[in-house]
Amino acid sequence: MPEIKVTPLGAGQDVGRSCILVSIAGKNVMLDCGMHMGYNDDRRFPDFSYITQNGRLTDFLDCVIISHFHLDHCGALPYFSEMVGYDGPIYMTHPTKAICPILLEDYRKITVDKKGETNFFTSQMIKDCMKKVVAVHLHQTVQVDDELEIKAYYAGHVLGAAMFQIKVGSESAVYTGDYNMTPDRHLGAAWIDKCRPNLLITESTYATTIRDSKRCRERDFLKKVHETVERGGKVLIPVFALGRAQELCILLETFWERMNLKAPIYFSTGLTEKANHYYKLFITWTNQKIRKTFVQRNMFEFKHIKAFDRAFADNPGPMVVFATPGMLHAGQSLQIFRKWAGNEKNMVIMPGYCVQGTVGHKILSGQRKLEMEGRQILEVKMQVEYMSFSAHADAKGIMQLVRQAEPDNVLLVHGEAKKMEFLKQKIEQEFHVNCYMPANGETVTLLTHPNIPVGISLGLLKREMALGLLPDAKRPKLMHGTLIMKDNNFRLVSSEQALKELGLAEHQLRFTCRVHIHDTRKEQETVLRVYSHLKSVLKAHSVQHLPDGSVMVESILIQATAHSEDPGTKVLLVSWTYQDEELGSYLTSLLKKGLPQAPS
Amino acid sequence: MKLYSLSGHPTLPCNVLKFKSTTIMLDCGLDMTSTLNFLPLPLVQSPRLSNLPGWALKDGNTFLDKELKECSGHVFVDSVPEFCLPETELIDLSTVDVILISNYHCMMALPYITEHTGFTGTVYATEPTVQIGRLLMEELVNFIERVPKAQSASLWKNKEVQRLLPAPLKDAVEVSTWRRCYTMQEVNSALSKIQLVGYSQKIELFGAVQVTPLSSGYALGSSNWIIQSHYEKVSYVSGSSLLTTHPQPMDQTSLKNSDVLILTGLTQIPTANPDGMVGEFCSNLALTVRNGGNVLIPCYPSGVIYDLLECLYQYIDSAGLSNVPFYFISPVANSSLEFAQIFAEWLCHNKQTKVYLPEPPFPHAELIQTNKLKHYPSIHGDFSNEFKQPCVVFTGHPSLRFGDVVHFMELWGKSSLNTVIFTEPDFSYLDALAPYQPLAMKCIYCPIDTRLNFIQVSKLLKEVQMRKLRPERRRDSHKVAQVPLHVVCPEQYTQPPPAQAHRMDLVIDCQPPAMSYRRAEVLALPFKRRYEKIEIMPELADSLVPLEIKPGISLATVSAVLHTKDNKHVLQSPPRPIQPPASKKRKRVSDDIPDCKLLKPLLSGSIPVDQFVQTLEKHGFSDVKVEDTAKGHIVLLQEAETLIQIEEDSTHIICDNDEMLRVRLRDLVLKFLQKF
Repeated sequence: MPEIKVTPLGAGQDVGRSCILVSIAGKNVMLDCGMHMGYNDDRRFPDFSYITQNGRLTDFLDCVIISHFHLDHCGALPYFSEMVGYDGPIYMTHPTKAICPILLEDYRKITVDKKGETNFFTSQMIKDCMKKVVAVHLHQTVQVDDELEIKAYYAGHVLGAAMFQIKVGSESAVYTGDYNMTPDRHLGAAWIDKCRPNLLITESTYATTIRDSKRCRERDFLKKVHETVERGGKVLIPVFALGRAQELCILLETFWERMNLKAPIYFSTGLTEKANHYYKLFITWTNQKIRKTFVQRNMFEFKHIKAFDRAFADNPGPMVVFATPGMLHAGQSLQIFRKWAGNEKNMVIMPGYCVQGTVGHKILSGQRKLEMEGRQILEVKMQVEYMSFSAHADAKGIMQLVRQAEPDNVLLVHGEAKKMEFLKQKIEQEFHVNCYMPANGETVTLLTHPNIPVGISLGLLKREMALGLLPDAKRPKLMHGTLIMKDNNFRLVSSEQALKELGLAEHQLRFTCRVHIHDTRKEQETVLRVYSHLKSVLKAHSVQHLPDGSVMVESILIQATAHSEDPGTKVLLVSWTYQDEELGSYLTSLLKKGLPQAPS
Repeated sequence: MKLYSLSGHPTLPCNVLKFKSTTIMLDCGLDMTSTLNFLPLPLVQSPRLSNLPGWALKDGNTFLDKELKECSGHVFVDSVPEFCLPETELIDLSTVDVILISNYHCMMALPYITEHTGFTGTVYATEPTVQIGRLLMEELVNFIERVPKAQSASLWKNKEVQRLLPAPLKDAVEVSTWRRCYTMQEVNSALSKIQLVGYSQKIELFGAVQVTPLSSGYALGSSNWIIQSHYEKVSYVSGSSLLTTHPQPMDQTSLKNSDVLILTGLTQIPTANPDGMVGEFCSNLALTVRNGGNVLIPCYPSGVIYDLLECLYQYIDSAGLSNVPFYFISPVANSSLEFAQIFAEWLCHNKQTKVYLPEPPFPHAELIQTNKLKHYPSIHGDFSNEFKQPCVVFTGHPSLRFGDVVHFMELWGKSSLNTVIFTEPDFSYLDALAPYQPLAMKCIYCPIDTRLNFIQVSKLLKEVQMRKLRPERRRDSHKVAQVPLHVVCPEQYTQPPPAQAHRMDLVIDCQPPAMSYRRAEVLALPFKRRYEKIEIMPELADSLVPLEIKPGISLATVSAVLHTKDNKHVLQSPPRPIQPPASKKRKRVSDDIPDCKLLKPLLSGSIPVDQFVQTLEKHGFSDVKVEDTAKGHIVLLQEAETLIQIEEDSTHIICDNDEMLRVRLRDLVLKFLQKF
């Protein structure tokens, strides 16, 4: 029986290190290749030795698909392709292909240059890895090989994020990556057609959350920023360079404009201007409104937001700073945090999810005394706010996507086990489909029941469809044909054609039955009586009296002869072929019962 | 399969394909050459044009002099310009299911079709095609609406009158169906019916047909289309280019295995080499400017202009033109320049790589930044204050009948220092210039048409014909080479151009010869459908018993129930026979009559007499006698008065009316035969 197998190497009942192996109709696909923000040891990358102990990965994987540029989805890619070794195709969308190497380089710098790690991937490895990337368009059907095809759908979430359908013959699976079902200030909502996959693999970050309206959250955010700035405090917003940052920038930019505020807004170095440039050039990936108005006013050209310089952090007076990375686990955002944490006038706003083990996660769970490097204790006096701006679908959104795609099975990844459990029940109840939530390294196997496609000769199909139109629709029409199987080519043709194509002669099986009936009249008259009798009984059949004195019922021939010994008996010869077996057999038994008395 | 040709213009096609219960319109081109018969619409009152003499018939009759004006021996209609629409009577256009657009030039008739024919279907096009197509339409509407003209001439269209007019008016076709330009409202409504598609996206039409756009290499977002079912494939090739300019290269491999290839939109200037033309363009431009003259380039607001600006970007410094202002004047100039920068995914590899850096893919961004290129919505407003001569002006419309170009022709036409350079190939430059004669300015003809020429076509056709075997389409292997590719094209491509009648190389050369069509013609395409896809449910498949007939070939007889829904066919196991409940009522005779539509399988094989006789004996027939005949044997069962004639490919059982016996014999015979 054909089957689909799924094994998460990362993101199984966990957020971070997304990496899911799917094998479908003999094809092996790896979905995402992420790193884990919460670990600094071996556990930060997926354990690729699971795929093969000593063989080459290229031999085991047909392709790798990256859903979007966040490091927990692509951070392990250079390690995987250049250090472990994979030379097959890697698919991602154009914006992901453009932005991903920059984030990887950033990640490498923090790890190697700042933390001084060795045995990490190099800049050259990132470049070599990106050479293996094939960029895909939305909705383009990419033929990976003769059988395996993939197709990208818009996922919202971040610029260039995509969901992917993987299809082999009639079996398919959809992997959502991270997605967002509500449009935001810069991106549109995820969309998929009713593609009815055998399996939907969906993220479930907010499996139990139903978020309030975006507007309330935005108002809340602006109010907090505004209040802090008014009282002379500094606001730190740790973000990832691309994604939420742009949405919040648009939000603050328009607010500053409207309220005529003067406090400076900074965006931490380098990446930023570049990042905004990507948004300008890939504007077709943003939402409808921004796309429509970009010629008049490009939303990603900010008037109020300036580039940040390290020295600004010590400037007196209020300011708002967007700094990377988003979980306060390293880099500039952490530096600024350490500087500002001691002042209760200041505020840090965490606009997204924080992985366990990061400073962000610690302060969000209420910890106010942090142990920093060198055993230093940092006391956090500044206000800590959490606002969910991360663009993941909430429970409602996940249900909506399941409804849109109509899968046979659902599999949850990229979420916390407890929350998954809740959502799993909800999905099973509402959609009556199986829902799975494997842990890392655990394999889920699904049996599929695909139909088998064959070619049917048009002649046979048309003949059968014409029959199907007969009024008696309740009795199912049986169609009859011969399936010719040659190599991998299956064709269904009429039996006649099958014989002809194979150069086989038909063997005709014919029956001739002698039916004795008592009738003293001449043969011709007997025939006439048989004719009128059959005509009255077989109303739906063709009954003919032929000039040579015989009767034809469909293709069954009936002739009358005199009995050699008994002049009062006539012998009816009923002759039919095997193809008319039922009717022939019926006719003999009917005639055996005798003929009704002719009206005199 | 039928093809209805609705347009006579080979590069602005409009065809309707009927294929498997679907009706598909291929492109929606608008023939604008009709406007050449009209006087230009000046932006500023032109005394020259308004003082042209009225035209009189030979007999001195002047009843047409309000409608027709004469200029340097040519007669022009003095009226709002009109366009020649695709044929609307040949086929009921409300039955069209979908319209496939191949590039932005081939959608200009869309509002006429979608808004005025009862069309209720969907239009498919790529995003750049729609966005730039919208700009072209917006520009056209703007050009025509901003100079309202009171007069709309119609007398001359009368058949009796038209007959008396001088050429080319006399020979203009279908003048009664010529229409004025649509409105912006109609444009918006038409464009709202478009669904965006990406290259290689498979779009299902009613489960019967799949259509797929492929990159055609000609313009931003330009596509060829594959229209296929599981066993038939039609390629629609329209406006393709193999030159490396800014768009993504043409996808040729996906055209392979086509049964029919509809070929339109070849180069209109097959004898000119686009690269050479660009060189000539640059040198003439430089020469004029150095001599203190102005250069006018009538053009569309998108397309080749991007390439020309890129050439100039590389050329101006070396040619010492750094201080010469370049102006691009169009109501959509800004939008066009901006849009070009955001379609990274539709660009050639080099330009894509720039976006990854991230840098704008086209260097015109830098020309704008450094103030070398300035763009204005029209000659009014800022332009009139900032305008410095000598200069280079890109503006529309290339027909020279409307748009800002009319003003520059009037302004610069009198000086031989100035030059007009024709780069767009859609209009004959001599005809375009006719209402401006006599003219002192220099005219340079550098048509740049990057579409396929005949040499490239014959190479392409050869490649397409190199069939690779695909398992599901594999016909008997010895037949493969013989399955021909049928090429269908406008009649213009099957004979040399009238001006170069000896150039037999300027035609499509293929075997079997291309089938040609002309406006208002219906072609039946030579195309026999033989197979259709059907799916066998897994339970049914499990129940089949394959039998190896020859090495590598197995057969299985299938008796199944056919379900057809949304043009998809599925075979299911037959339901288990339901035992009829023992009915107490007397059955009617007709209940027993078997359904003759339930055919028994065919039989094949032969019956070895000796084994057959042994079998009979094993089953209790003791008095079996065998007689030889000319063609076989007769087996006699004496007691039962039964005779079985056995020949190579037939068996005949002749017996008394003893059903039990007959059925026993039948089943014994069947044991030796294969069922089909």
